[in-house]
Amino acid sequence: MATVDLRDVRKVYPGGVEAVKGVSIAIPDKALCVLVGPSGCGKSTLLRMIAGLETISAGSVSIDGRVVNAIGPAERDIAMVFQNYALYPHMKVYDNMAYGLRNRGKAKDEIDRRVRETAEILELGHLLERRPRELSGGQRQRVAMGRAIVRNPKVFLFDEPLSNLDAKLRGQMRVEIKNLQRSLGVTSVYVTHDQLEAMTLADVLVVMNAGQVEQLGNPLDIYEKPASTFVASFIGAPPMNLLKLTRGSNEFAFANGAHVAVAAPAGAAILGFRPEDAEAVPGDQAPQAGLALPAVVEAVEPVGSESFLYCSAAGSRIIVRVPGRATATPGDKLRIGAKSEKLHWFDEAGKRVG
Amino acid sequence: MALSFRRRKSLSPRVVFPNRILPYLLVAPQLAITAVFFYWPASQALYQSALREDPFGLSSKFVWFDNFVRVLSDPNYVNSVQVTAVFSLATALVAMAVALLLAVMADKVIRGRGIYRTLMIWPYAVAPAIAGMLWLFLFNPSIGTLAYGLRWLGIAWNPLLDGGDAMVLVVAAAAWKQISYNFLFFVAGLQAIPKTLIEAAAIDGAGETKRFWTIIFPLLAPTTFFLLVINTTYAFFDTFGIIHAVTGGGPGKATETLVYKVYNDGFVNLILGDSAAQSVILMAIVIALTAFQFRFVERKVHYG
Repeated sequence: MATVDLRDVRKVYPGGVEAVKGVSIAIPDKALCVLVGPSGCGKSTLLRMIAGLETISAGSVSIDGRVVNAIGPAERDIAMVFQNYALYPHMKVYDNMAYGLRNRGKAKDEIDRRVRETAEILELGHLLERRPRELSGGQRQRVAMGRAIVRNPKVFLFDEPLSNLDAKLRGQMRVEIKNLQRSLGVTSVYVTHDQLEAMTLADVLVVMNAGQVEQLGNPLDIYEKPASTFVASFIGAPPMNLLKLTRGSNEFAFANGAHVAVAAPAGAAILGFRPEDAEAVPGDQAPQAGLALPAVVEAVEPVGSESFLYCSAAGSRIIVRVPGRATATPGDKLRIGAKSEKLHWFDEAGKRVG
Repeated sequence: MALSFRRRKSLSPRVVFPNRILPYLLVAPQLAITAVFFYWPASQALYQSALREDPFGLSSKFVWFDNFVRVLSDPNYVNSVQVTAVFSLATALVAMAVALLLAVMADKVIRGRGIYRTLMIWPYAVAPAIAGMLWLFLFNPSIGTLAYGLRWLGIAWNPLLDGGDAMVLVVAAAAWKQISYNFLFFVAGLQAIPKTLIEAAAIDGAGETKRFWTIIFPLLAPTTFFLLVINTTYAFFDTFGIIHAVTGGGPGKATETLVYKVYNDGFVNLILGDSAAQSVILMAIVIALTAFQFRFVERKVHYG
């Protein structure tokens, strides 16, 4: 039950490398904030600064209204789930969970009650006497969660907790983490490079790039209105199609010289639309949606529920999502359309226009 | 044969040599060395321990276990056993404790970490006799620089006369030489402990001392156990050169360990039968000790 407040937080390493370049995020009470970005974007460093595992070069980190810059990790009342789980290999599951409580001098029967309660929630009851190496990856993940939950901290920190699990388990645990976080109502910061995890888990989504916040907000808002080409290509899978344009008199010319008339806002230099907003029709027809970009199919990826057409058009790769089984085959000529309200415009620097 | 071989392969990724002779040829050199330098001398010692030579070394006769009876009833031998116990325990303990302390410290150093480590390893390259001489000179009551300092502090220091002082000196010299070796293994052991474990413990509210005793020390157990076996063996056998150079077993047999007594009785006093009996007993002690360590201490060790 705490807010987490980052104000202009910076991290400069002794070598002079600036890993985090002034990040400000206000995380409301009970919210799950996801930091997402490519590797090396500073998201893990930021999380470790909240945890107290890295010093803060400038700016302030507050937990529950108290600046914690100079406070050690133990006194911040946080719990962290590590990517490799960091379970104590020489301790039984029970002792792994009890360790933090014992260090805080809790009474023996209270420790026992809390460990067993938490084990019940996570269905770990039958594993309490095992050692970590006798557990499967998913079970270890649960123990790591249990170790965090049992302490009943103010803030949960997750550092890519699901990236060592296989795809199926990852999906299950994702739902479980979300439900747990909801029911426990503990403010959480979650770091991932997986945009699907980011979209599905976040109350507050923070897209980071090169040590800075690219965009911050509700995940669906970010999906619908990406602030930059970076966000547009990072959030959503497959990524948004981006086409470079040169402005003619009242139309746009694509890189390969194809001319298409579209109404574009002033300053726009890059056109974007999502694969799911695109429509493909045979080359001799005109799409209802407009744009009508001539394209050639290069590859077809059937997923089952939908198919993705990888086309080459206007000198770029364009991905189009079609429902169910695709009728097009490689080599087919198509016209690709997209509704004008589903078009995104960016300027030369990649910032959103309009 | 071919069928069972194939089945085995499909079940486990273990590589199996189909050739019957080649494996033996490959281990032959090692077996030959062990045979010539261990089994043969050991069997000779076993045989000689049952012989007694006449005073002129011209003839010997078979006396069964008389040598053992004589050795074990000799008060000097019992003294030597006690000296060895004190010396080995102290040397192994000091060498391991100091090395662990230094390794933990060196693990925290960030700048110049390589230099520290390299310097720490140097003593290991010093020959035992040289190391002994070094300590002898430093702590010689009449010319030793550090002995002078000790006396200045009001400590009556004289390893040439006082058996306790002499023991302290040989333990220090023997431990000093072994610290480097232990240090190397402890540093490697510390590096093998994932950093996130330490961080998790820090978040779990364990202070530095608590982290060391509840996380780091238990996880170092395999290394510590290995070093315990190695250090015991070292203290028993490899410290001969140091004792020989520093005290020569004296004063008054205060630092005469079992190995040193084997040498003294066999090569100086030329009582070959007694000496051989002693080396057989020594062998039995070390085998028993190592077996004990593996049987009882290793149980408490968790390998990863």
